[in-house]
Amino acid sequence: MNLEKYNTCFKEIFGDDARLDEDFKFGVAQGWDSMAHMELIALLEDTFDIMFETEDILHYGSYENGKTIIKKYGVEI
Amino acid sequence: MYGLLKNKVCIITGESRGIGKETAELFASEGAMVIVNSSSAGGADEWINKSKYKDNLKAYYFDITDNSAIHENMLLIKKEFRRIDVLVNNAGIEYNELIGMVSYEHMDKMFKVNVYGTINMIQAASRIMSRNGGGSIINISSMAGIRGNKGQFVYSATKGAVIAATKSAAKELAQKNIRVNSVAPGLTQTEMMEKTDIKKLQSRIDNICMGRIAQPKDIAGACLLLASDYASYISGQIIPVDGCTIM
Repeated sequence: MNLEKYNTCFKEIFGDDARLDEDFKFGVAQGWDSMAHMELIALLEDTFDIMFETEDILHYGSYENGKTIIKKYGVEI
Repeated sequence: MYGLLKNKVCIITGESRGIGKETAELFASEGAMVIVNSSSAGGADEWINKSKYKDNLKAYYFDITDNSAIHENMLLIKKEFRRIDVLVNNAGIEYNELIGMVSYEHMDKMFKVNVYGTINMIQAASRIMSRNGGGSIINISSMAGIRGNKGQFVYSATKGAVIAATKSAAKELAQKNIRVNSVAPGLTQTEMMEKTDIKKLQSRIDNICMGRIAQPKDIAGACLLLASDYASYISGQIIPVDGCTIM
C-alpha cells in the first residue's frame, strides 16, 4: 500500500514512464534536478503526512535510499 | 473589519507583545486563523484569552532557532489546519552596542534569532505553502538594515541579511506563487522605549517628517496589505514604514 503511494509520488513528478529502480537517482534520472527534488519532497510530505528534516532532504538522493529515510518517519515502504 | 484574510491560516512569530501582538489581532479581526508563536511557554496566553478575537488565535510555543522544534510544530500545524497561507517572521532580538563594545554573546543571539530563525521558518513554511497553491511571507526587517544606524552595528547587519534573504527567496519562490516581502519599520513605540527619556529620543523624532514615532498598528497595517490578496502582484519588495524619516 505504502509502496504504491511512494511510487505514485515519483510518477507524478517524473512521469509514468519513469523506471523506478536502484539507478533512479538525483542528477542521473531524467528530470530529477533541484526543483523537481523539492516538489518530490513536498509531495511525499503531503502524501505521508510527515515533515522531513533538512538533512534528510539533502540526502534524499535516490529512489531506494529514500525508502530508508522515510522509514525514520514511521513509514514502512 | 472587511474579511481581508478570511479563511487564511497565518503564522506570526515572536508575538507576545508589540508588533507581533498587534499584527496577530489585526489579522484575526480580518477573519484569519492566526497561529501565535512565541519561544516563552505561556507568554501569549493572557492576551489571547482577553482578546475579542480569541477564537481566531491559537498559541504554539517553540523556538525558531531549533530546527527539530520547528519541524515538529509545523507538522502539528499542518495536521490541524491543513495549510499555511501567510508567515510573518516578526521574532527578533535587538542589542544596541557601539563598535568595539559588541559582545559575542549578543551577536550570536541576534544572528541566531533574526537571521537563522527567519531562514528556518521560510524553509519550513514554503514547503507547506507550495502544496496549497502559494502564500505570502513577510519578514520584519528594519530601516537600520537598509540605511545603517550608529550604535546598531550588528543589529543592522542581521536586518540587512533579512532584506537580502527576502529578495532571493522572492525570486526562488515566485514560480510556486509564494510572495516574499519585507516590512522595514523605522523608530517604533515599544515597551522598552516607554522607559526611555523622551528628550533623548527627541532628536530622532525630529528626523521623522510625519512628526511621530510609529505605533505597532502602523507596522501591522503594512503586514495586512502584504498578507492580503490585494498584494497578489507584489513580491521581492522592502516596504519602509518610517513616517518618512531622514536618517
